[in-house]
Amino acid sequence: MSAAPLHLAVALDGAGWHPAAWRDPAATPKTLFTAAYWAGLVAEAEHGLLDFVTIEDSLALQTTRLDGADGRTDQVRGRFDAVLVASRVAPLTRRIGLVPTVTTTHTEPFHVASALSTLDYVSAGRAGWRVQISGRRAEAAHFGRRDIPELRPDSFDRPESVRLIQELFDEAADAVEVVRRLWDSWEDDAVIRDVATGRFVDRDKLHHIDFEGPRFSVRGPSIVPRPPQGQPPVTALAHSRIPYEFAARSTDVVHVTPHDGEQARAVVREIRGLAPGPLKVLADLVVFLGQDAGERRARLDGLDGAVHASDAAIFAGTPEQLADLLLDWRRAGLDGFRLRPAVLPADLSAITRGLVPELRRRGVFRRAYEAATLRGHLGLPRPAGRYAGSRR
Amino acid sequence: MKQVILAAHFPGVNNQTVWSDPASGSQIDFASFAHLARTAERGRFDFFFLADGQRLREQRGRIHDLDVVGRPDSLTVLSALAAVTTHLGLAGTVNATFNEPYELARKLASLDHLSGGRAGWNVVTSSDAFTGENFRRGGYLDHSQRYERAEEFVRTVRELWDSWAAEDLVADPATGTFAAAGAGAFAHRGAHFDIGGHFTVPRSPQRHPLTIQAGDSEGGREFAAATADAIFSRHGRPEEGRAFYRDIKARVAAHGRDPGSLKILPGATFALGDTDAEAQENADHIRRQQVSPQTAILLLEQLWNRDLSAYDPEGPLPEIDPDVSEESIIKGRTRMSRDPLKTAAEWRALAEAKKLGIRDLVIEVTGRQSFIGSPARVAEEINESVQSDAADGFILVPHLTPTGLDEFVDKVVPLLQERGVLRAEYGTTTLRGHLGLEGDV
Ligand SMILES: Cc1cc2nc3c(=O)[nH]c(=O)nc-3n(C[C@H](O)[C@H](O)[C@H](O)COP(=O)(O)O)c2cc1C
Repeated sequence: MSAAPLHLAVALDGAGWHPAAWRDPAATPKTLFTAAYWAGLVAEAEHGLLDFVTIEDSLALQTTRLDGADGRTDQVRGRFDAVLVASRVAPLTRRIGLVPTVTTTHTEPFHVASALSTLDYVSAGRAGWRVQISGRRAEAAHFGRRDIPELRPDSFDRPESVRLIQELFDEAADAVEVVRRLWDSWEDDAVIRDVATGRFVDRDKLHHIDFEGPRFSVRGPSIVPRPPQGQPPVTALAHSRIPYEFAARSTDVVHVTPHDGEQARAVVREIRGLAPGPLKVLADLVVFLGQDAGERRARLDGLDGAVHASDAAIFAGTPEQLADLLLDWRRAGLDGFRLRPAVLPADLSAITRGLVPELRRRGVFRRAYEAATLRGHLGLPRPAGRYAGSRR
Repeated sequence: MKQVILAAHFPGVNNQTVWSDPASGSQIDFASFAHLARTAERGRFDFFFLADGQRLREQRGRIHDLDVVGRPDSLTVLSALAAVTTHLGLAGTVNATFNEPYELARKLASLDHLSGGRAGWNVVTSSDAFTGENFRRGGYLDHSQRYERAEEFVRTVRELWDSWAAEDLVADPATGTFAAAGAGAFAHRGAHFDIGGHFTVPRSPQRHPLTIQAGDSEGGREFAAATADAIFSRHGRPEEGRAFYRDIKARVAAHGRDPGSLKILPGATFALGDTDAEAQENADHIRRQQVSPQTAILLLEQLWNRDLSAYDPEGPLPEIDPDVSEESIIKGRTRMSRDPLKTAAEWRALAEAKKLGIRDLVIEVTGRQSFIGSPARVAEEINESVQSDAADGFILVPHLTPTGLDEFVDKVVPLLQERGVLRAEYGTTTLRGHLGLEGDV
């Protein structure tokens, strides 16, 4: 491959991203809540040598409303904890990155750090973290510890909404900082097993992180030794200025949602301008693939009773046409794409068996995994621990 | 005849684990967990068990460094183990003080689905402010409140698990109904939790993952008797085991429950040999490795609550008495004795009588091996303990990672199977099924 490698991920959620996907003749809706279903999807993504899969999650039932349950019975409702899904499939796969979604709003950063370190151990260096905030009142009511005002379509731009969103992203930035410090809180060679002195660890290589912020303080060190990747990659989906600033400061990979090449160029420029260091920018696209993609899309829209709209652009066409589009958009400075299959597993196999071979023919996608870790796939070096060499 | 319940404890984070043995492998790599779990499943064990701690222990203000330090997140590693086992129950210790019911109920229900009904939860309540320093909510609960919170926590989690009826997941493309109206709706209002909304995980195979409890105080026993499916107890020796067993089963009955619906499972260690004499030799060797000279001083410091680093591990006990002030030099671990002066006096008398130095004394008085002998003797003693109601089974703590259970499974398990007290093949696929608790939800 001559140019920089194209990064390709898929976003897994329920029966696919179209709300009526589960009613497609090719879907298997009764298997959604089984391990075999998830293992099959991730194995297929690995078959296509994709960089990673993300696994969607939230702390509330899916809904068509901005906030609160909608009472609909005709769409997929219910989800597993994404970290546990990723962990369940880790021993069954060997190379693909596993990136579960975990919120920062109601969770304890200490637990999040431990769970993701553990995922990195069970996957031998393939864990990532898609950070999400939970700005919904319905989610807050599941915890009963803080009140979040209800989001309404007409209140987005009000100053109090902007303040709330800023606050939740500031909290997310603190949470990511805590997690990153915890990952570094054990130096790589802290376990010494020195029989002569009877010491299992060198305590000088374990560090209190002493994070103090306006929202929480965390002492550390982690209860889990430094994960294999040192720092598993952190990703976030971002649609506007506040999340762009968060992503630029706190993450390694940002998922953006331009609707054409022009927008892609503008978004890439804006985010790169905010980022102090290297940051991978991947564009999200909902995809229906195949000769009959347009018909399938229309049929599912009919079943759902609405034309499917999404934050991301929606593509319906053949893998060849999608390859054209990806290479065109890529010139805007994107590092790659995260595709959201409209119907699972059909559009996922169309990616791995149609799009991927097409991209290879054009010399822009790998023919074999060249690295064993997610950082490796993304071309990110393994960082040294920030505390290495300092005394605690 | 009662069936013997067996669980395999992944060893670590105390001086039980002999990490200095050349056969000792990684305490953190997944291969170690997979080996122990597969061995337990080969031995037709009921479940695999993980302990937990949310802050590294410190003694005299310094991170503890002599025993195994560090371990993975319980539920995350269990979910991965679900991929490499098919029948073995998967039980993890998760603190009810530093978690929230909604989040933990989701994780446990997810694990139950992802393992096909094999999830278990050991509910612990450790809540000292020391551990609280790792959490945004801090360490604000005292001992009595911890159990109040834990009790309401378990009740709330079960309400969440019950919020989806079995038939709520419809997934019928023909009628276009995926989930029944109102699926997952819940509302809980109590002293500790006031929450409501919709739960995101449809009813899991066991409906209620198994709950295990590990406290030992009056409050802990009552909590277990009222809510738990099993107790992880400290009382493994026959006499005290029978007393504990009688006490707990009576409490269970007093709560209007069938005494058989709560299983009592003491933690137990073992040492094997071809003959009883050889087993005793092995046990002595293990004890000396578990209590290195450094560990002997450290354990003594835990009772004395003083810096004893200047003492010779082979020399006599300190002349001075333990420091009985409230402030403990050890953080993240329960105190060794409720009456240190009395215990110290007993230790002095014993050291005097048997002419023991510090290390030998510590070996003598701390954690004895539960089952020592030839495979035939160990099988007999385990079975005898269960048949005489000293226990319903044991949570075995091997001293080696990850191969510490191999010999037990190869040599003792067949003898238990011959006696007809341990299954030769799994008859059920769920953890509740293995324990005969299927109908109890
Ligand atoms: C056999 C046993 C095992 C325990 N394991 C753990 C553990 O893994 N993690 C933990 O935080 N606490 C553990 N505990 C501590 C209990 O949760 C509880 O905090 C402690 O026993 C004090 O409560 P009590 O006064 O009711 O005994 C354990 C207790 C016992 C008896």
